[in-house]
Order: sequence, then C-alpha cells, then structure tokens
Amino acid sequence: MPDQAADVAMPYPSGPGAPAAAGRADSARFVLPRADRREVAAIFAGGALGTLARAALAEAFPHSATSWPWPTFGVNIVAAFLVGYFVTRLQERLPLSSYRRPLLGTGLCGGLSTFSTMQVEILKMLSAHAWGLAAGYTAASVAAGYAAIHLATAIVRRVRVRR
Amino acid sequence: MSILIWMAVALIGGAGSLARFLVDGAVSSAAGHDFPFGTMAVNISGAILLGLVTGLALGDTEALLAGTAAVGSYTTFSTWMLETQRLAEERQHRKAVVNVVASLVLGVAAAAVGRLIGAQL
Repeated sequence: MPDQAADVAMPYPSGPGAPAAAGRADSARFVLPRADRREVAAIFAGGALGTLARAALAEAFPHSATSWPWPTFGVNIVAAFLVGYFVTRLQERLPLSSYRRPLLGTGLCGGLSTFSTMQVEILKMLSAHAWGLAAGYTAASVAAGYAAIHLATAIVRRVRVRR
Repeated sequence: MSILIWMAVALIGGAGSLARFLVDGAVSSAAGHDFPFGTMAVNISGAILLGLVTGLALGDTEALLAGTAAVGSYTTFSTWMLETQRLAEERQHRKAVVNVVASLVLGVAAAAVGRLIGAQL
C-alpha cells in the first residue's frame, strides 16, 4: 500500500498541542506544549485508567526477577496494538477531534504501557545472569510491539475512506 | 489493598501521563520533529527514576505508587513503538533502528545508574 501517512504532518505523535515546528528554525528553545483544559482532562483521565489497569495486573500477577514478566509484556503489546489502531484511525479515517487522541493515545495507551518497568526488568535479569531471558524478553517485546502496530495500522487502512 | 491506594494510583497515573505530554512536547520543540527525541527523553529519564526507586528498596505500597504508578505512567512503550513503525514506514530505516537500539541501551544503562544512586541513599 502506498505511503498513506505522507499527508500527515508529523510522522510520529508529539502530543496534539505540540508547537509543530513553529519558530524552531531560528531558536531551538524548550517550549511547553499548549493544551486546553479539555485536552489536559482527556490526557489525565486516559492516563489514570491505563495506569490503573496496568497496576492491577502487576499486583495480581507478581513474578520473580528471573521469570517472564507477563503483566508488563501483555500491557505493552496490547497498548501498542491499541495506539496503532487509534492513531491511524484518528489521523487517516476520522474527522479532526480535539480530545480523542489525547484521551486514547497519549492518555490511555501511554498510561497502560511502560518503558521504564521493562528496562528495570531487563536490568534485574542481567543482574541475575539470566542472559537468555533478558535477550529473549527484549527481542520479543520489540518484535511483538512493532508487529502489533503494523497489524493495527493495516487493519484500519483496509477499510476504505468513506466520504 | 485499600480503595484509597487505588484512587491514588489513578490520580498519580493521570499526573504522570500529563508530565510525559509536557516533557515530550518541550523536548520536541527544542530538538525538532525529525527524530522522536521527546519520547526518548521521557523514557530515559523515567528509566533513571525507576532505577532509583528500585535501588531505594521501598515498601510494597510505596513502590506501587512511586514506581508502577508515577514512573510507569510517565514512560511509554506504545508511543515508542508507534514512532519506530512510522519511521520505518517512511523508509527511514536507520532512524527506526537507532530509535530502538539507543532507547534500549541508554534505558538499561540509565536504570543501572539510577539503581546505584538509589542504593547509596
């Protein structure tokens, strides 16, 4: 399928309110993204819900440092699939919306998934000399996460745009 | 586990997600949008913080609130993967690979440094 993302301004999300390269050429400064109260509320609500689900799974299925971290692995892959689905649909299929991306992408999927926990889990595996587990967990997370985004994107794009 | 703690998990998770949005946006505004530096900055700084929390060897509830809820919601796996896939889709394969490998190497190193610092405190 030809590059349907070409007409999308940014190849990756930097937050809906991110100052899209405005005034960047002459001054590379840190500028906080603008967000209205609705966006802030959406990110907060989505993040709260995603975090609650992830924390509940982590508490329900504790695992040792040298066993496969199913809770983290599971939420990360599910969140990757969901963000691929939501973002592709919102960017390429649905009319512009001010709160859906912050709610579902930045909030829900961002709160549901976690990078830091995965890194600490890998660190603990390395500390326990579980080299194979560390390598397998890292490779499986990246491969499955990438495949989940790819699959979700393809599923959305199979549906023709209705005008 | 009391209902209050779970309410705190939700509130902290919302705040962590907002912090991610702000840091990502601020770093992206300074570093540009050719490479997802914003997410990388969030994830590496979060890895240091969670390493720190791990090194501190907190109690269960404290670890849940500071680690799983606060730092866990601040960092993101899904956006990292989405940005990687979008880079690859635009045939920017080198950037996509760099985004994955650099995040992983720096992330584990950051977690190790954080854990060392935390264990000293």
